[in-house]
Amino acid sequence: MPGTPKAVALISGGLDSMLAAKVILEQGIHVEGINFFTGFCVEGHTHAIRKRDRARQKRNNALWVAEQLGIKLHIIDVIDEYKDIVINPKHGYGTHLNPCLDCKGFMVGKAKQWMEEHRFDFIITGEVMGQRPMSQRKNTMPIVARESGANDRLLRPLCARLLAPTLPEREGWVTRDRLFDFSGRSRKPQMALAQRYGFKDYAQPAGGCCFLTNEHYAAKLTDLWQTRGSKAYELDDIMLLKVGRHLRPRPHFKLIIAREEGENNFLEGYRRQYTHFRPLSHNGPIALLDGTADATDLQLAARLVARYSQGRAAHSVQVGVTEKNGNTRTLDVMPLSNNDIPQKWYI
Amino acid sequence: MTNHALDARYLLCPLPVIRTQNKIKNLNTGDLLVVICTDPGAINDIPMWCRINGHKVINTATAGNEITITIEANNN
Repeated sequence: MPGTPKAVALISGGLDSMLAAKVILEQGIHVEGINFFTGFCVEGHTHAIRKRDRARQKRNNALWVAEQLGIKLHIIDVIDEYKDIVINPKHGYGTHLNPCLDCKGFMVGKAKQWMEEHRFDFIITGEVMGQRPMSQRKNTMPIVARESGANDRLLRPLCARLLAPTLPEREGWVTRDRLFDFSGRSRKPQMALAQRYGFKDYAQPAGGCCFLTNEHYAAKLTDLWQTRGSKAYELDDIMLLKVGRHLRPRPHFKLIIAREEGENNFLEGYRRQYTHFRPLSHNGPIALLDGTADATDLQLAARLVARYSQGRAAHSVQVGVTEKNGNTRTLDVMPLSNNDIPQKWYI
Repeated sequence: MTNHALDARYLLCPLPVIRTQNKIKNLNTGDLLVVICTDPGAINDIPMWCRINGHKVINTATAGNEITITIEANNN
């Protein structure tokens, strides 16, 4: 192979992929990063939506990692292609709706496609054997290599010495002795290596980087599929599941009620696509109605919205209702009390 | 050198970055791209993406909820 070998690194923005890329950079390999946007990424969205989170410094961790490493980063929109992984995972789901093994195979497969299109030589990931119960086990790691088509062009620098030598090792592009044998769920080896490289600031793992591993999010997605009668979604659907209180008082409709100003602003952007409610006589949240509702349902929905307004203790609250066709009217309603709202309405 | 515009309003990051990346890919070196977005994170993310990929941010401006970022493409 003429010239410097080239590796494409899957960069999630977490420590492991950062270290894996660094290990390979240290061996004189040209590395560029790749990051996939599925729509379920936790990265940034709640941060961007919720006003109270905006005081914190916002950064895209994958971009930040790439900048620290001095490598290019290519962010790829895989929203549409990823649907099949979420809807029909060959290897099933994890604890919630997380199709981790299929997801890893898909992403490595996309990286392989990118590698071939850009004439790179191999792929690196930050996987550590035994770290994740589904996708990073000794018996599932070969499945990812095989089903992605990457085969022995997939190198996991942090645990490579626990695995059979890959093509980059056999060809001498990288030195196996300078790779690692990390295993298990302990983060200590990674933190020690980070210290060795002088990485002081890196994203801390906080329950995964994907909403599909989140119990509450998965419940809302399950509800969406059940009420629509099919496992399908669009980007707007999965974005809206990240925002607001979701209550389903009747099988044929649910309400998405903003919890604070940032969410209010975000839901405003969807108001033309949904029947929506807005308290008029008191301050309160905007709410979107997803589904179908007759006059009785609209009254009930308005009472629920009034419950979350500043008029919750008032005898009567005026709530504006605007349907998708633009027709607007005002309903005078008594706010529901907490006791009137069964727990099972909360999704 | 030609001027181009990208409307990335109401998109949440990383979509404004992805749209910027995909648009710049097809520009000539020296072309200017004006990106308008509303996600407050874009004011950090787009310049960061430009830095690591060798493009130059000429100007950033905020007016109300809208952020405007002017980029000079470098596809050499």
